[in-house]
This record gives sequence, C-alpha cells and structure tokens, in this order.
Amino acid sequence: MIEIHELQVMRGGRIVLDVGHLQIEKNEVLAIVGPNGAGKSTLLLALARLIKPERGDIVFNSMPVAGESDHAYRRRIALVLQDPLLFDTSVFDNVASGLRFRGLHKNDITPRVETWLERLGITHLKNRRANELSGGEGQRVSLARALVLAPELLLLDEPFGALDPPTRNRLLDDLRRILPESGTTTIFITHNLPEARQLAGRMAIIVSGRVRQIGSVNDILSSPADEDVRSFLVAENGKY
Amino acid sequence: MLFGSEIWQITLLSLEVALLSTLISLVIGLPLGTWLALGKVHGRSFLMSIVNTGMGLPPVVVGLFVALMLWRSGPLGDLNLIYTPAAIVIAQVVISFPVVTGLTAAALQALDPRLRLQLLGLGASTFQMVLMLWREARLPLLAALMAAFGAVISEVGASMMVGGNIRGQTRVLTTAIVLETGKGNFNTAIALGLLLLAITFLVNWALTVIQQRGAKR
Repeated sequence: MIEIHELQVMRGGRIVLDVGHLQIEKNEVLAIVGPNGAGKSTLLLALARLIKPERGDIVFNSMPVAGESDHAYRRRIALVLQDPLLFDTSVFDNVASGLRFRGLHKNDITPRVETWLERLGITHLKNRRANELSGGEGQRVSLARALVLAPELLLLDEPFGALDPPTRNRLLDDLRRILPESGTTTIFITHNLPEARQLAGRMAIIVSGRVRQIGSVNDILSSPADEDVRSFLVAENGKY
Repeated sequence: MLFGSEIWQITLLSLEVALLSTLISLVIGLPLGTWLALGKVHGRSFLMSIVNTGMGLPPVVVGLFVALMLWRSGPLGDLNLIYTPAAIVIAQVVISFPVVTGLTAAALQALDPRLRLQLLGLGASTFQMVLMLWREARLPLLAALMAAFGAVISEVGASMMVGGNIRGQTRVLTTAIVLETGKGNFNTAIALGLLLLAITFLVNWALTVIQQRGAKR
C-alpha cells in the first residue's frame, strides 16, 4: 500500500499542488484525472521525486521513504511519459537500460527483457533501432522498459496521449490484462475519462492542484463532489 | 630547404601537439560544457557568453597572453616552458577548450529536457544519466571534437609566439609554412601545406566515419 500525506508543491511562491491524503492499494491502478494545468503531472513528478515538494510524506507499506536518497527511492519506481523518449539504440537495449543502471548481470537481464518484449507483443522488434518505430510501437517499448523493472509503483503520465485511437485502444486492452497479471501498483495520469474507466478501478479528480474527489469511476460520474468536478466531467466527455 | 627526416619530425610534432591539445581540451571541455548545460548554474547566460567568446579567440591574442605568463620574468617563468612544445600545447588548449565546452553545452541543451527526467525515472544515477546523454548527443559531440582538432592543427599565430619556431624543437607544419613562404621557398611551403591538409583530412575522415557509423546504427 502506498500513502501520500500532506503533499504540497509550490512554484513561484504559489501553491500548485496540495494533496491532503491519497492512498493506493497494492496492485491497484488509480487514475488521476483532471483538466490541463490542474497539477496532475506535478503530482507525478513529485511522486518520482523529480521535483522537490515544499512538504509532505510518501509511505510505502507503512515505511516513510523520506530517509531514502532520491536515487535509491527512484529505483523502487518506474516512470513512463507521454512521449516514449526512447534512447537511440536497439529496442532490446532500451528495455534493458533500467536493469543495466541497477548493475544486473547480462544473464539476468536477457530473460527478463525477453519476457516483457513478449508480454507487450514486440519480440519481433527486438533488434530494431528505436528511432525506426511507430508511435504505438515506441510506447510499448517505453512500457516494457518500465515494467521490466518490476517497480513497486508505476507512474504513467498520459501514456496514450500521443497515439491514434485504434493504436491507443489496442494498447489499453493489453495493459488492462498486463497490469493485474503482473500485480503492478500503478498511478495513471490522464484527462481522458474513457481511458480512466478502462484501466483504473478508482480515480481521483484533481482541479486547481487539489484532489476534489476519489472513488470508482461510475460513482464519480453519477455524483460529482462539487461544481468544478461536474464542469470538468461535462467538458471532458460531454456525457454528463 | 627541408629534408625528409626534418619534414617527418615536423609532421610528427604537429600531430603530437594537436592531438594532445585536443585530448586535454576534451578532458576540460566535456565536463565543463555538461555542467553549463545541465547543472544548476547561476549566471548561465553570462558564462555561456564568455565560453562563446572564447570560441572565437584570436590565436595571436592567446599567444600573447600565454607568452606573457610563461616569459622568463612572467608569473610562470620558473617553469621554463617558453619556446617548448609544452608551451604550444598550453596555448592550443586555451584556444580549443572553449570550442569543446561551447559545442558540448549546445549539443546537450538541444536534447529533449524530458530525457533527463526519463533517465532518472528509470533509476539512473546522475553519472549514468550524463553518460546516456553524451551517448544520445554523440554526433554533435564528435563534431565538437573535429572542430577543436581543426582549430589547433591549423593554428599558427600562438604556436609561433610561444613556441618560437625553433628548428628541431618547436617547429610545426604551420610555422614551417610561414617560414618557407617568407624565404620564398614556395614549392616547399606548398608541399608542407598539402601535407597539413592531408593530415587534417585523415583525422577528420576517421572521426567522421565513427560519427556516421553512429548515425546509421
């Protein structure tokens, strides 16, 4: 279980993120949903300790992580951004990169990489240069590169945002199967409600840097907590 | 008139001095440029302006200052380096390390800034992140190396001033060309010029092959 307590991020003397309490159960996929500029990506970067919060605690399985160095902490998580940001090398080397950073031996790396290439359906791309891939293939490599690390927390920042609808749907279908199978606790940022509904059991709505509502997707859609949440839901899918 | 053995000695010294200067510039310029591009640097623009100015330093001005420093009565006069190949190397490093620094910083700043977040988010240490970023920017970094080598192998003013163009000791291809032209030995000067061009081409060819192999892979 991962808990976030009183996390506050300031920028230019202004509070841009203020999360009172957020809890993610082990193996859960939690979607963080909200309009552009709401602070979703800031939350993700703070969780990856890539930006320094003003205050706040992150607790992994009842153990605060504040005492760990940024580097040691980041080796417990993995991050996938909207663009794949692949390295200019082969697909295999891309997927192996995080394991190499951790100093694993080649004999340990190869089977793990091959397993995840297969799970994401990209074994045939193993020896291809990363810069020759399509957007969808690239994002699969990026996901394999993160999942191969068996992270305690997987952070996904709009990973389908740059994909065309058919490619996005195929990848969503695969992830809906893969994430529970691998038991990966995941925080998934999106502003797309159908994506959140497909992938996540619960979602947290962030508006203006604050978590306004947490619950199942259907509960939130049927009873928004306040006018801001309602406005966002209406603007996002036009269904409400 | 120059003879074969002397030409060979001049050519070898030119290559030694230029390669050593380029190597030292790389050792100084690569980390410095990386720090300027990626570090939390106060006054980055100002420092980059200084480096960029350094990229266009007139060699004769560098020669003048290095000569003043190494002159017998200068602050580093006790080292007895004036009119030695070491003095030429010092002057050439001053000329070429800003080139490596400036082009390294530009190459790393041209990378997507989110690449750093991605690397750290996959558990890279700061050192591993820098190595990966150098790898990603290897084509412009090799171009920086070629530019630095080009600047020092073709340089004449500073080498003349701090090396003294002493026969058998500090005479390099460029200073020998100046001398032979001054004496009216145009055939020798042209031959030395062609030799200098050939060496510059061969070194750049080797670096370009490495660079383009990286581009194709």
